[in-house]
Amino acid sequence: MCLGIPGRIVAIAHAEHKLAMVDVCGVQRQINIACIVNDEHPVQSCVGDWVLVHVGFAMSRINEEEARLTLELLTELGEAQAEIEAMRESQPV
Amino acid sequence: MRFADEFRDPEKARTLIAEIERLVVPLSAARGRPLQIMEVCGGHTHTIFRYGLKTMLPEKTLEFVHGPGCPVCVLPMGRVDDCVALAQIPNVIFTTFGDAMRVPGSKGSLLQAKAGGADVRMVYSPLDALELARKNPQREVIFFALGFETTMPSTALTVLQAKREGIRNFSLFCNHITIIPTIKAILDSPELTLDGFLGPGHVSMVIGNRPYDFIAKRYGKPIVIAGFEPLDVLQSLWMVLKQLSEGRCEVENQYQRVVAEGGNAQALAAVGEVFELREFFEWRGLGSIDHSGVRLRAAFAEYDAERKFIVPNLKIADPKSCQCGEVLKGVIKPNQCKVFGTACTPEKPLGSLMVSSEGACAAYYQYGRIEMKPRGETEKVTP
Ligand code: SF4
Repeated sequence: MCLGIPGRIVAIAHAEHKLAMVDVCGVQRQINIACIVNDEHPVQSCVGDWVLVHVGFAMSRINEEEARLTLELLTELGEAQAEIEAMRESQPV
Repeated sequence: MRFADEFRDPEKARTLIAEIERLVVPLSAARGRPLQIMEVCGGHTHTIFRYGLKTMLPEKTLEFVHGPGCPVCVLPMGRVDDCVALAQIPNVIFTTFGDAMRVPGSKGSLLQAKAGGADVRMVYSPLDALELARKNPQREVIFFALGFETTMPSTALTVLQAKREGIRNFSLFCNHITIIPTIKAILDSPELTLDGFLGPGHVSMVIGNRPYDFIAKRYGKPIVIAGFEPLDVLQSLWMVLKQLSEGRCEVENQYQRVVAEGGNAQALAAVGEVFELREFFEWRGLGSIDHSGVRLRAAFAEYDAERKFIVPNLKIADPKSCQCGEVLKGVIKPNQCKVFGTACTPEKPLGSLMVSSEGACAAYYQYGRIEMKPRGETEKVTP
């Protein structure tokens, strides 16, 4: 919940509601991107961004290297798998 | 060094450890006691244990104090009982993060309530709880909102979304807590002898570094906002010690790649729109702390489970044998608690510090065997 997990935004799902599809280690789900969107970085420009996802919300933009290292850390801490599982199981359909 | 090979950059880890040792000896000698550094966040506690940082560092002159920054760990029994009571209301779907399922209340946990027939569902995100409300318009969906500033924006944005869509069968049981008044309460605690802090990385990603100014200015303690990699933790620790040995106390940011000085403006705006400070909030082990929790503003009353339903709101004292409060304040180490590893284990937790992997007691229990290896093993620890 607190550590978050890195993912990459692959598509915009609902621009007005600031919802996007994110890919986290091959698992895709809808997330809210309101916290990383502003005038300089509008919704459409978010596709391709690496972000830190906390409980379904992109909370911070990070670079690819940081994303990779954070994933390694979470895997070692035993947190990544649980997070991805929770994400997979809770997919709203 | 035993674990250095696990580090991304073992050479850098060795250098940092040597530097830390060099700085800590005179600092501890001047005080006549080990230096005490609190890592506020449970994520750091986890890293410290997982990588055996404690055993790599000079244990006689340097102590980590594991702070209250694990939201599941500081949840008082009474609030868990309230969750169970809400979950038992007919027609309610009670939704929660998985971490909170096993936290013991005085009448059992949410997991036990579920086994007893209550409709309790684990969700990954508050957005999933909102989706449940959309799909079940005839049911009342309550989301157990929990966590520090890291997760506060997510629930705030979910409530804003519910309001935009006019969804009426969704509400929050709001238990969000805020870190600043809590650090202040810890600093005001007379039993405490802390020398400095590792600041929480992801809370700071939302609030920025300025709110910590008072720690340096008013209390004269250094704080370094730290990332979660073992190297981040070592480097931040070194930065704290460097401040101490140079007689400085400042707010420094080691985690600049994620934490911006001003925090996240969009997240703060959502939080400010939806939430307001409570007069006080109850913490497990720490008692009541002024302004340490938030509730929904009156404009969002219809999304507030505490207004929508009758919540028993009972105050339940922590079990007598439970010493979570003393552990949280750093007065005792987890394994000094009388029930550690006996009446209180991760399988059957008595106190909440044993529930989450970020809780100090669970970390001690899980990694204790590594830490307490025979002498011959630990000798390899020093570089
Ligand atoms: S061992 Fe259990 S009761 Fe004792 S402090 Fe830890 S969590 Fe609390």
